[in-house]
Amino acid sequence: MPEPIRIKVRLDGDVADVRALISHPMETGLRKDPANGQAIALHFIKTVMITHNGVVVMEAQWAQAMSRNPYLNVRVRNANPGDEIEISWVDNRGESNAAKAKVPARA
Amino acid sequence: MQVTPHSPKRRALVSGLARLGIWVGAGTLSLLRPLWAVVWNQAAFETMKIDAAIQAAGIRQAQLSDDILINAPEIAENGAQVPIDVTSRIPGTEHIYIFADKNVQPYVADFVIGKGLEPYVATRIKMGETSPLRVYVLAGGRYFYATREVQVTIGGCAS
Repeated sequence: MPEPIRIKVRLDGDVADVRALISHPMETGLRKDPANGQAIALHFIKTVMITHNGVVVMEAQWAQAMSRNPYLNVRVRNANPGDEIEISWVDNRGESNAAKAKVPARA
Repeated sequence: MQVTPHSPKRRALVSGLARLGIWVGAGTLSLLRPLWAVVWNQAAFETMKIDAAIQAAGIRQAQLSDDILINAPEIAENGAQVPIDVTSRIPGTEHIYIFADKNVQPYVADFVIGKGLEPYVATRIKMGETSPLRVYVLAGGRYFYATREVQVTIGGCAS
């Protein structure tokens, strides 16, 4: 089971500032295991999606050149307290994960 | 209705049910989550030369633009975690693409910006060595770009 995605949302006017930290090794396939010298297999997130109340606001396609435990910050328009933001991803092994967060009251 | 195991009627019934099943399945799936529109562009991501990677990503005739703002460190000590943020002031921004010229595979990411999103993204990327970062924007059917040099002290592609 993949580890959870941490999402922080702050509402400023009608824009929700969304910060997400995804737990994922993002292995490039170029790294060797220091214990045995064996190459560590390529393992990375390929696609990411963000929805706002179920409507897609962002999709992305990524290479293994995105950093380990990817960080993502986006700004969602027309947001209101209580709105739902969902972030999901799928990696090259077909594993996936998703997490939701509520837009809080205005800061 | 008399339906024997191998009668044409049974076959028609079975294939009809199977088709129905596919549609019901697809319907349920789309209710549960929006369908993915992005198809991972394997050819572009696996291309090892910057110009060919840009072309494989579908980018054509890009114009240099002052309205793409790239924020990245001049010197990145750790190439495994290079912070970058991009703001596009070009109206109707639909895509923000990031390339690192000298990475083994230069194409790093493509963010599809919906109408419900500000044309801004901040993230962290790996850079193998000192290199220009190149950001392309698709807006109104036209491509624009900006670049930014980042000096990398310790490369991050093998980490």
